[in-house]
Amino acid sequence: MKYTVLVFVKQVPDTQNITGDAMTPEGTVNRSALPAIFNPEDLNALEAALLLKDRNPEVRVVVATMGPPAAAEVLRASLCRGADEAILLTDRAFAGADTLATSYALSCCARKIGRVDLILCGRQAIDGDTAQVGPQIAEKLAIPQLCYVEEIREFGNGKVTVRRAIEGGYEVLESPTPALLTVVDANDPRPMGALRIMKYKRAKTPSEVRRNAGDDAENRIAALRDAGLLIQEWSAADSGADPSRIGLAGSPTKVKQVSSVVLTAGESKSVEPTPAGIAELMHELISDHTLG
Amino acid sequence: MTQNTIGNVWVFIEQEGGKIAGVSLELLSRARELADTLGVKVEALLLGNNIENLVPELWSYGCDNVFLAEDARLEPFTVLPYAKVIMDLILEHRPNILMFGATMKGRELAPRVASEKRCGLTADCTDLRIDDFEDKVNKKSYQNKLMQIRPAFGGNIIATIVNTWEDPQMVTVREGVMKLGTPDPARRGEVTRVTPALTEKETVVRVVERIRADKEIDLRGAQIIVAGGYGVGSQKNFQLIFDLAEAIGGEVGASRAAVDAGWVCHDRQVGQTGVTVRPRLYIACGISGSVQHTAGMAESKKIIAINTDPNAPIFSVAHYAICGDLNTVIPEMIKAFKAKA
Repeated sequence: MKYTVLVFVKQVPDTQNITGDAMTPEGTVNRSALPAIFNPEDLNALEAALLLKDRNPEVRVVVATMGPPAAAEVLRASLCRGADEAILLTDRAFAGADTLATSYALSCCARKIGRVDLILCGRQAIDGDTAQVGPQIAEKLAIPQLCYVEEIREFGNGKVTVRRAIEGGYEVLESPTPALLTVVDANDPRPMGALRIMKYKRAKTPSEVRRNAGDDAENRIAALRDAGLLIQEWSAADSGADPSRIGLAGSPTKVKQVSSVVLTAGESKSVEPTPAGIAELMHELISDHTLG
Repeated sequence: MTQNTIGNVWVFIEQEGGKIAGVSLELLSRARELADTLGVKVEALLLGNNIENLVPELWSYGCDNVFLAEDARLEPFTVLPYAKVIMDLILEHRPNILMFGATMKGRELAPRVASEKRCGLTADCTDLRIDDFEDKVNKKSYQNKLMQIRPAFGGNIIATIVNTWEDPQMVTVREGVMKLGTPDPARRGEVTRVTPALTEKETVVRVVERIRADKEIDLRGAQIIVAGGYGVGSQKNFQLIFDLAEAIGGEVGASRAAVDAGWVCHDRQVGQTGVTVRPRLYIACGISGSVQHTAGMAESKKIIAINTDPNAPIFSVAHYAICGDLNTVIPEMIKAFKAKA
């Protein structure tokens, strides 16, 4: 393959559909009560990569994520949409990472993959909304970052040209590759293909195989690898990460306090929806100079 | 750096076409308060080309010293050269706090700088305070740290974050949440000219084309906002919202649901993915009041909510609750206002 395009994705709790039991009485989030989904803008990033592959069969799309073993689900979903390879970065040592430690771990993953021509991420994840990890990976790899990308216009021969959103308009930027792009919700992610689902629903990580297969596990892992159905699984040590720069140890920010959102107006006045009630309200607002 | 040589409070000044972004002035106003608490100076980072004329405005909002970097390669804004200039300044002067507006530019520039400096960065803060911090896990205590307060989990929780590593303590801050101070045009400060040490490495990204226009609608300065939500029902019915706004001299805002439905443009969206406003009067019509919306308007001085659902969460932030149909309530309001005014 001539070009490798790496897409970083994340499995996130569905914060946009929070229901009653998702919040504990202490005001913290009960993650297990929320469905885990493919971070929406990461689907846009994957789609942008697959569009490059549609245009040029010499493009290999590798998808990687950092997360618990269950995060293999978003990798399977990526394979079912058209990705060629998947890597799960998983280790308890990664837990508790803030954006600095996360970007370091993911940059180690990118380095280990070797030659990567383009890295794509969603602009931000809906659980943190920070939009920091993409630019931080780019800095760690010492490559240019192009943020808020709506469309990749040209890619190849050491160059990438994108259209990206800016405040009140857009820009066309041209950068040498490798470069990192963060992608916004400006394309329509393709659904999983039926044929690909038939094939890739069987894709597994070695841990997933071992959990069920007993003595036969190593043979099965080898068989999956031969069939192109093995999701690679890398530990912190595999990725070559410095233990002092990952997880809690590598995170400068600490959470001091977390509270649930309780917004109250203090005293609230009920106004009758009648001509008299409304007239009185308007009169009050005019006399205290809120209006007029 | 030891604790008795505490650094200054820095604000990255965002400018476009020689105009300073409102959020940068809001940040200077808050930086002044933080710096006074800490007993240090407020310093601004002003980057671009031919922008020296902007300096007095920064002084007037409480800035003591402006680091002014003028270079053709800093216009228009691109991340790599800006990050280089800021990083060099950090290494030379060691600020205690560095604030950026949580704008599109701020949110791509700040992480690049924080990553290189290997320091913490908290995104989208809605409040900042100075306080002590006891790290119980690592049994360490910190004095006079910046409490970085931000919504998380889609706005459903509020977290207070502290940066425990070496300075600077870096944050991006949402537009519209910090109160703009009153400028003092007579106030003077210093200017420190900076010669950008840029190389070819920072200028590899080329801007081929750039199309932009200033927003036609900017709700942030509006004193009266009449906002409509999904309960308005249709684009045609949204005319009612415009009618009320026109009658009482306000601007029209909207919830995300109304914008997503295509009834009004995104510039009018109030809330977490829109603008944050704090007008004198906010009238929420047919808006249920998700935390994503209330996060952007709960600081309004007076809030009137009109909704048919007595259990709508919007009523919990409203000063005046009108449980009724906006189709009859709004015309009554217009009528009553015209009769009184």
